[in-house]
Amino acid sequence: MRSLKRASWLWLDFPKVRLPLWVNQKPNFERLVKMIKYVFKRILLMLVALFCITTICFVLIRALPMSPPEGATEAQKQQIEDIWNARGYDEPLLVQYGIYLKGIFTKFDFGTSWVIKKTAPAWDLLVGRLLPTVLVNLYSLLFAVPVGILFGIYAAIKKNKWQDHLISVMVILFVSVPSYVYAFLVQYFLYFKLDWFPPVISSLSDAGGTWFSWTMFHSMIPPILALSFGQIAGLCRFTRAELTETLTSDYMLLARTKGLTRSQATTRHALKNAMVPILPSILGSFVGILGGSLIIEQIFSIPGVGALYTQSIFSRDYDVFMMDCVFYTAISLLSGIIIDISYGFIDPRIRMGER
Amino acid sequence: MAKEININSIPKEKLALANLGDHIKDQKFDDKPIGYFKDAWRRFCKNKASIVAAIIILLIVVFAVVMPFFDTGTGTDFDTYYAKKTPRNHFLTQFGIATGDIEKDFNERAYINEVAKGLAATGDWGSDRENNPISIGAALDADNALQPITKFKEVKATLQGHNVNNIYYAMVDEYVSVGFIYKQVSLDELNKMKAWQEETGIQLLYPLIDTKSEYCFDPDDANWWYKTDSKGNPVEVVTKGSREFAKVIEFESVDELVLEDNYLRYKSGEKKGQLRYDRPQGGGSTAETAEYQVRVLYYNYYRYMHDGAEPEFLFGTDVSGYDLAQRIAMGLRLSLLFSVCIFIINFILGAMYGAIEGYYGGTADLVMEFIVYVLSGVPFIVVSTLFQIHLAAKVGAIPSLIFAFVLTGWIGTAGLVRTQFYRFKNQEYVMAARTLGAKDRRIIWKHIFPNTLGTIITSSVLAIPGFIFSESMLTYLGIVNLNSRTSTSLGTVLSQAEGIWTSKPHVMLFPALFISLLMICFNLFGNGLRDAFNPSLRGTEE
Repeated sequence: MRSLKRASWLWLDFPKVRLPLWVNQKPNFERLVKMIKYVFKRILLMLVALFCITTICFVLIRALPMSPPEGATEAQKQQIEDIWNARGYDEPLLVQYGIYLKGIFTKFDFGTSWVIKKTAPAWDLLVGRLLPTVLVNLYSLLFAVPVGILFGIYAAIKKNKWQDHLISVMVILFVSVPSYVYAFLVQYFLYFKLDWFPPVISSLSDAGGTWFSWTMFHSMIPPILALSFGQIAGLCRFTRAELTETLTSDYMLLARTKGLTRSQATTRHALKNAMVPILPSILGSFVGILGGSLIIEQIFSIPGVGALYTQSIFSRDYDVFMMDCVFYTAISLLSGIIIDISYGFIDPRIRMGER
Repeated sequence: MAKEININSIPKEKLALANLGDHIKDQKFDDKPIGYFKDAWRRFCKNKASIVAAIIILLIVVFAVVMPFFDTGTGTDFDTYYAKKTPRNHFLTQFGIATGDIEKDFNERAYINEVAKGLAATGDWGSDRENNPISIGAALDADNALQPITKFKEVKATLQGHNVNNIYYAMVDEYVSVGFIYKQVSLDELNKMKAWQEETGIQLLYPLIDTKSEYCFDPDDANWWYKTDSKGNPVEVVTKGSREFAKVIEFESVDELVLEDNYLRYKSGEKKGQLRYDRPQGGGSTAETAEYQVRVLYYNYYRYMHDGAEPEFLFGTDVSGYDLAQRIAMGLRLSLLFSVCIFIINFILGAMYGAIEGYYGGTADLVMEFIVYVLSGVPFIVVSTLFQIHLAAKVGAIPSLIFAFVLTGWIGTAGLVRTQFYRFKNQEYVMAARTLGAKDRRIIWKHIFPNTLGTIITSSVLAIPGFIFSESMLTYLGIVNLNSRTSTSLGTVLSQAEGIWTSKPHVMLFPALFISLLMICFNLFGNGLRDAFNPSLRGTEE
């Protein structure tokens, strides 16, 4: 017989066994050690993957012909080319990659922006763009999560009644319609027709030099709305599906026979268990907010990470583009890990890394 | 009621065997057995929303495929004069929609100019002020299809400093409102135009304007055909003694205003005093090279160019003057073709990869899973950008985009197939097949794979909206450029609308509507498929 053993060190999908959460297990030292081992294994794996992807991206990006930014004077161009030669941009690719890695590990230097912000470190440029992106996405997530979950719970409780059908129809509509269409709708109605909000987010100087002023928040509301419609619908669908499944479980019957009212049983048992797959995905999307939405940032001219990405492509600022690629890859890998690990922390039944 | 019978005391002779002499056999079923796919099909048919979605998808496909056959060149050739115009369709005009009208506000000067376009277009340009005066009000009341102002709404007086400014609100037919343009044509063309004019009775050539005179407001704009002062106010020429001078026409209400034309007339020769319709523009005097300047009414010129067809655009025109309906159809065609290509490639790749992974397990699985893990970590946006930069010049934008989609797209399908193979490969029927000597390839494709088909099809269909969205997003951002004279993508159509769509919502509305509709329908259709292929849902609907 062929070996039927599954690749277990890469076991990413956990078995879904429905047991009530209230069967609490005592903290177990052995389990904790296993968990830490698993986390380390995952992080190691992530680093390997990150290394592979970074290498490929580096080779592909450095293979592109580089030229000094247009519009610079001859002297400036010469200067930039001198810097490139000094930094080994004309060496073979492998040597260049060695220099690049050395720069990262010794000086945390991810390259330099040559066009967007002359000779500024790419990392600083990225960090500077992080705050607006995080704020807009965080606000929208903070708005979408409770609303989405509440709608989902309501739909699950009213299952197969008109309220559920109405919510289901809305969910299909809102999940399917692309986010930029919401952006247009929000701009059209809230700016053009009603004039409640500005069409794009206000500049830093208008908002009093800080990202946390009221003017800034007010101008951020349209992108927040545009981002959250889809999230609300997705979360609502997810919550409804999970909750309807737990509501029909046997332990709910047990809880009711013990004498709990329907609402007690729902909030204490069904909801808690339904949250097991939902919470990790929410945590994952909290990591995902770092990346931002390219299209929403373009439409509302938010000077964020996504805007930096498009800008770096169009201005051919390849060091910044490389930095962006590494950043996006790291985010996508990290959110995957966070989702998997948080499963283990939230649900004690899931034993990580075991065979 | 029959009287009670004591079962124990039924006389024996009353009992008889039911089928004496016959062998009892199992009867064959009259109906045919229902297989997995037939069952799925039956359940799919019960799902009304999915059926409707499937029909709408089909209609969109038909729209995308059939549209080019109705193209009179408006989809591949842009018309700068008819750019950004609102929908106009004669059939729908009867119901009050797609009239090509738009509400506009004018100051007094612009309003007079607008009405004057229609007045001049009829041929009665009011040149004879004394004998046959046509006022602005009369021009507006006249039944004239070439009058840009279709419905006068109201006039509001606003105070600006010490002056009272009248603002006129009216519905304007945007297509007629283009008015007159100057055109430089060869002698051949001019003769053709004249012949067409004779033949159809539609006036094409209009008298030229005396652009050198001091009464011409804007020599480049062919719509200032009446005498004005340097600010554009209509004037009349009064002779006092031997001197001629312009006097701004005073009027109580704009309706009473009668304009005085500023047309170019022959100054000498036998046609002296007559209106001039063409003026040589050099190029010599031979018929082949001679160029003439003419003044045409663009609405009629469009008809001349399109075999007499009036300008009709079901969805209006886009920013550069392409027929929006044709551009949308092009975008849809591209999106659909693209989705189908990726669907097929992902399906094949994913099925093969997942089957090998799941069937053989062990080290093969381990290595292949690691490859999947690394690939799935690559963000799609990075892949598509890199592919676009590296490959687009070599293999073209569309194939490189397809490569980008395929590079990570098959992972989902492969994962599903792998799981299904793990589920089925140890089942008894597979073991039986193996015992009977079936080869691995036969077991994989004949015995296990058909069982996974439903799941894969469903997941692949549900991935299609994602392709459409990603493609439109990339083209919207301009990372991928699929726009050319003969092809475009919905993302590009949408991004072109960005600056102007608040004033002309149709350029955004229609593409957004189509893409949303397509995505909603694919989602609904996919959901229907998922429910149909899920055997655990069998019988739950009843």
